[in-house]
Amino acid sequence: MREILLILVPFVGVGAAALWRSDRTRPWLLPAVSLIHVVLSFWLLVSPPTVDPGAWLGFDPLARAVLPAVSLLFFVCAVYAVPYLALRPERPNRVFVCALLAVLGLLSAGHQARQLAVLWIATEAVTLAAVPLLHFNGTPRAFEATWKYLLVGGTGIALSLLGSFCLGYASLRGGGVGDLTFVALTAQGAGLSRPWVLIAWVLLLVGYGTKMGLAPMHTWKPDAYGEAPGIVGAILAGAVTSVAFTAILRVRAVVGAAGQGHVADQTLLVIGLFSMVTAAVFLLSTRDFKRMLAYSSVEHMGILSIGAALGGAGIWAALFHVWNNSLTKGALFLSAANIRRAAGSASMDEVRGMAVLTPRSAAIFVAGMFAVTATPPFGPFFSELRVVRVGLASGHGVAIALFLVCLLFAFFGLTRVVFGVVDGRPRQTTRRAHQRFVESAGVIVPPLLLLGFSLWLGLFTPAVLQEAWSAAAAQLAPTP
Amino acid sequence: MSISVNLLIGFAMGLNLIALGSNRLPSLIRAMSVQGVLLGIIPLLMENEIDWRVALVALATAIGKGVVIPGLLRRAMRAASIEREVDPFIGFVPSLLLGAAGTVAAVALAQGLPLLPEHTGSLLVPGALASVLTGFILLVGRSKAISQVCGYLILENGIYLFGLLLIKATPLLVEAGVLLDVTVGVFVIGIIVDHIQRAFDSLDTRKLTALRE
Repeated sequence: MREILLILVPFVGVGAAALWRSDRTRPWLLPAVSLIHVVLSFWLLVSPPTVDPGAWLGFDPLARAVLPAVSLLFFVCAVYAVPYLALRPERPNRVFVCALLAVLGLLSAGHQARQLAVLWIATEAVTLAAVPLLHFNGTPRAFEATWKYLLVGGTGIALSLLGSFCLGYASLRGGGVGDLTFVALTAQGAGLSRPWVLIAWVLLLVGYGTKMGLAPMHTWKPDAYGEAPGIVGAILAGAVTSVAFTAILRVRAVVGAAGQGHVADQTLLVIGLFSMVTAAVFLLSTRDFKRMLAYSSVEHMGILSIGAALGGAGIWAALFHVWNNSLTKGALFLSAANIRRAAGSASMDEVRGMAVLTPRSAAIFVAGMFAVTATPPFGPFFSELRVVRVGLASGHGVAIALFLVCLLFAFFGLTRVVFGVVDGRPRQTTRRAHQRFVESAGVIVPPLLLLGFSLWLGLFTPAVLQEAWSAAAAQLAPTP
Repeated sequence: MSISVNLLIGFAMGLNLIALGSNRLPSLIRAMSVQGVLLGIIPLLMENEIDWRVALVALATAIGKGVVIPGLLRRAMRAASIEREVDPFIGFVPSLLLGAAGTVAAVALAQGLPLLPEHTGSLLVPGALASVLTGFILLVGRSKAISQVCGYLILENGIYLFGLLLIKATPLLVEAGVLLDVTVGVFVIGIIVDHIQRAFDSLDTRKLTALRE
């Protein structure tokens, strides 16, 4: 029941937001609804319910290992949304608030989906619900970004449907009766028709990989993250990508049960490394600090993919990294949004000296940059270290060497942009734009909170989370 | 699998080539909508006795893909007073050659895939693959938003054709979800098209070039 409430409560919020009259007070629904959501999801984390194996929706170990991170990130972003929307009184926020809450509900459904069709419908609906969020700013550039997001994302989601059909056909060809729950597909195991499983794997990896933003299907990401409001970027990068990642993990488990796990692992490793190389190359050349965050997200998706390729222990590290990525990237997006708002631009050609104009946001931005580039004692350091250790232990020395080189170049790229923006003397035009932006507690506490969570994950990884990740890894890779 | 179904799929594959060769938007939209109606008829011919759920899917497909969506597209075209030329990135002859080669490859590839006994000799799989490929060529090779939407729909048509393989075995939820999402997807795309029009006074996606490295 509690797990169904995770889906229902946000949709009740959508209804309330749609009927709410005042643009000024409506944003308060966001923290209210997501507070209930975060309490529910952490309660479920601590005392997980029993899941009926044949159920189409359920708070299973994988949902338990990831959904609370999404919920926590969303709650902090929702708190940030209130002062953010108060700064934007010129734009009506009814559609924005409704779409944001719908995304929360659909993400909860997507994470808990235990059936191929339900998973696809939830992911498709998230894609559509995010459209109004992306063109909230209403500028021609935002429209352009939304168009590309829809075209690339829509094609990806279409391919993942084709992949779902192929997996369904693999089951039918192998004597199945049309039960598309992951439990039934895994139980069928080697009975699944081999060619169809492989076709399905490729299509589903490309399809959900597009949603996740793995290179070379990442092209929508810089545009969308660059033009969307900061909270939307944080939610896309930290929450929507993780639902696509869990989708890939669930499909990977079926492919593994069918005896094709080695093929799946190889493709995940290659696509993960390719994403990291692509991200590192673009990070060295981009001059826009919001687009920089998008390439950093591509890099971290690559890390997740590599972790997923390394078997049970790798999946454990990847799930740890999902938490670190969500919370740390959230801190970066929110502090970058403050800087962007104060400076009136996101290009390092026009913005500099923000340490003088917005000292608190700049400090969080720099600390967040160190956290996301795996500087101890922040969380990402520990999860990436674990990926390295698992990779070396399983004999992937060359891949891990490339992994480390990419991390190093990404570090160069990120520091180049971040210090370019933070250091130096502010330009005169920036000083004038800055008059309108005040670093109130409302826009400083949320990113600081996320940074604090990242530190907490690194220093004191809670036992309950470790246990949840182990349970999820055991669910996905029965023989580690 | 009856001969009439294969005949219809053959027609649909021919329409793929017509869509690739169309140099005017109205003829592209017409090719796509005729294909939609054909796809709607196919499930009715596949079974001897017709399940009401299958009939519902057939009806929704024929009306959705054959009437509603083409109508929306024509309306968008009129409202935005878009020129009727298609304006290709990939020329018509190369697209046709690619499409034809893709169709041949789809037939050859489908030969090699293991099918259930009741699906052998059917054109469903090659038809699906050829339509997906045609959709891709149109998505990549055409510059106007409306022709890209047509490409996306032909890609969806291919996926729908493939879904017909599963229509009996899996719960129709899959099919219903597809139709809903197709409709909503185009609806949303329509809104976007409208906005792009307002923002750029043109539906030429080549002007969408402010965001690049």
